[in-house]
Amino acid sequence: MRTPPSLLSLTVDSALLNLSNISDLSPLPEHILLDLFLKTLRAGKLNEKVLKLFIATGKDEVLALIRSLNIRPIVDPVLPTSKSQLKISDDEIDIVIGALRTDLTAFLNDWRPVFSRFHLIIVKDPDLKEELKIPEGFNVDIYTKSDIDRLVGSSSILFYGYSCRYFGFLVSRNKYIVSVDDDCFPAKDKDGSLVDIVAQHAANLTTPATPFFFNTLYDPYRKGADFVRGYPFSLRSGVQCALSCGLWLNLADYDAPTQALKPEQRNSRYVDAVLTVPARALMPMSGINIAFDRELVGPALFPALRLAGEGKLRWETMEDIWSGMCAKVVCDHLGFGVKSGLPYVWRTERGNAIDSLRKEWEGVKLMEEVVPFFQALRLKRTTVKAEDCVIEVAKEVKEQLGKVDPVFGRAAEAMVDWVRLWRAVGSSSS
Amino acid sequence: MAEASVKPTPVLKDELDIVIPTIRSLDFLEMWRPFFQPYHLIIVQDGDPSKTIKVPDGFDYELYNRNDINRILGPKASCISFKDSACRCFGYMVSKKKYIFTIDDDCFVAKNPSGKEINALEQHIKNLLSPSTPLFFNTLYDPYRDGADFVRGYPFSLREGVHTAVSHGLWLNIPDYDAPTQLVKPLERNSRYVDAVLTIPKGTLFPMCGMNLAFDRELIGPAMYFGLMGDGQPIGRYDDMWAGWCVKVICDHLGYGVKTGLPYIWHSKASNPFVNLKKEYNGIFWQEEAIPFFQSVMLPKECTTVQQCYIELSKQVKEKLGKVDPYFNKLAEAMVTWIEAWDELNSAEGSTGKLPAKGAAM
Repeated sequence: MRTPPSLLSLTVDSALLNLSNISDLSPLPEHILLDLFLKTLRAGKLNEKVLKLFIATGKDEVLALIRSLNIRPIVDPVLPTSKSQLKISDDEIDIVIGALRTDLTAFLNDWRPVFSRFHLIIVKDPDLKEELKIPEGFNVDIYTKSDIDRLVGSSSILFYGYSCRYFGFLVSRNKYIVSVDDDCFPAKDKDGSLVDIVAQHAANLTTPATPFFFNTLYDPYRKGADFVRGYPFSLRSGVQCALSCGLWLNLADYDAPTQALKPEQRNSRYVDAVLTVPARALMPMSGINIAFDRELVGPALFPALRLAGEGKLRWETMEDIWSGMCAKVVCDHLGFGVKSGLPYVWRTERGNAIDSLRKEWEGVKLMEEVVPFFQALRLKRTTVKAEDCVIEVAKEVKEQLGKVDPVFGRAAEAMVDWVRLWRAVGSSSS
Repeated sequence: MAEASVKPTPVLKDELDIVIPTIRSLDFLEMWRPFFQPYHLIIVQDGDPSKTIKVPDGFDYELYNRNDINRILGPKASCISFKDSACRCFGYMVSKKKYIFTIDDDCFVAKNPSGKEINALEQHIKNLLSPSTPLFFNTLYDPYRDGADFVRGYPFSLREGVHTAVSHGLWLNIPDYDAPTQLVKPLERNSRYVDAVLTIPKGTLFPMCGMNLAFDRELIGPAMYFGLMGDGQPIGRYDDMWAGWCVKVICDHLGYGVKTGLPYIWHSKASNPFVNLKKEYNGIFWQEEAIPFFQSVMLPKECTTVQQCYIELSKQVKEKLGKVDPYFNKLAEAMVTWIEAWDELNSAEGSTGKLPAKGAAM
């Protein structure tokens, strides 16, 4: 027959249950304290407050036990903000350009002061027939339709138009990628100096991001800035930044309706800030001027959403917006940061927004469908690699959005295909 | 671009009160005169009530000292801090206007990069009168500003935005750093003018500084309680932080927006970092507990008014933060007292007949 529990053990158990209401343990005899301490440990109820209670009794054997178990209270260090930046060398960066026009002479000559030190990957839009015109003096690899066909083979992914740059992301062997549209030129900052977008993107990617709490003075790692009063110290070391989204002066990245309504509007406001887009906040990631850590999020940037009427003007595409929404979800899930703001590029005109409006503007309609989907999307805790995150997102897209519009079903398929390609071609490092 | 004249047209002059806590003097108002003179001021005098605070001529104001606060609130005056600028929230309570702008007495008019003086109040009003966009981040910042708009990919159904409840301004010169940071970087000055206003996304908390702040009292007023700080309390310099966390959680729940960025003011006085460290000490450790609490707080959908949300919040504070320190039990009770006092003073039409001690100037 089982011996019934003693009054003492029942009391100790009761004390364990009510531990959070006890403010003083010193009246207890030492041997009972030890028993209670061990039971607290076994029950997983030892927190800082409880530990302090036991220490406050001042009883030698209790203190000796705590020391011998090497239990120490965790204190969040109150430290000055570390301004150390990861050092990266030029040969860790690839500049990827999707060429939608054949003559890149002016483009590359203008970017020469910034780009000439780096390895360039230029991918020619498979729809372009003529040879690319590229000036001398660059360390460049050019990829064309035949390279794409050879390496990719048959795939649901189409690398036409703006999507051609993703082939460059696939074949790159470097850790960091900077990519701009071929109608963007170097901008000038407030002092009139040329904006070195590579240096700024690199700075963004090699300093931490702070997605869990908003710093009102923007990027605290920039010179002359810091975390403000009220910013928790435990969050001041930040997380790795995986994606850096730059902005555009002159022609901002507006959609066709906005562009058509305000044809004269030019963006002349230079906002001298970089900020981390908070976790779980959705944003439209424009592909016009981006940089990312290929090792961290390479699989999450893909050409999957292709509009039926997709054309050769930015406001006739949504591939980057779609990819960016997925990439943000993946970053949020894996604990990486996404920054937005500097650097600026100077974007020039091309095309007529009203002409674009005449085509059916599906992109606008599609965005309406996806917002509730992304707001609610949560990935499994067991998914810890970017490529697996993408597979999981693709599955959810197919299940939940596939019935809304077939373009989503195709996007889901393309995302899965992309991961397959990435694993076969893209995942080997230099 | 239209050039603003030195005397800008007052907008909302009968709908906005300027609340200023002070313990020394209001000389700083001279610099603000062109921008503030059309508005009614509510001055909350902290510290020794027998001291006379001189208000520069020509301002229309009401002034409250500790004796007035005790007289008007009776036993409920216990929720209003003493010897801390947190007492300013008494000004919010007694105001009868729709909007409040609050500023510290060591904040002056700043200049923008082209050398022009910044009318901070005008910018706050612009921020409050235009919508916020907390549900989707616009990479070009405030889309309602001149020269900006929503970017490609921004859902059209979200372009109407929501009502803006709070406009949080920033500071040039002495930045709002905590004591440890001040000690490490005593000479750092904020000289970067960031020409942006942006909405803080839903679900994200921020450190709300009370130095240069405006809000829609009708939308969020009861949540702007600045807590128990200063004399007799184990903590100081966390009044605005506490209010900011409560306000953001409630704004997120009720669907209001919070903006931050412009306008800048010029913050002239660096307070003593050693004194600050003493005041902030507990706050630095307690915020590690408080912030996860606020990040995970859930308000039931039955809470449809600010007061209901706030009372519910006070219950959860007691339940979950009471374990961190008994201070939070006291604070939770003070939160309830605050709401009771707010409702009493703001029920039905007109005040309850309790006039301020000093009246308006000519």
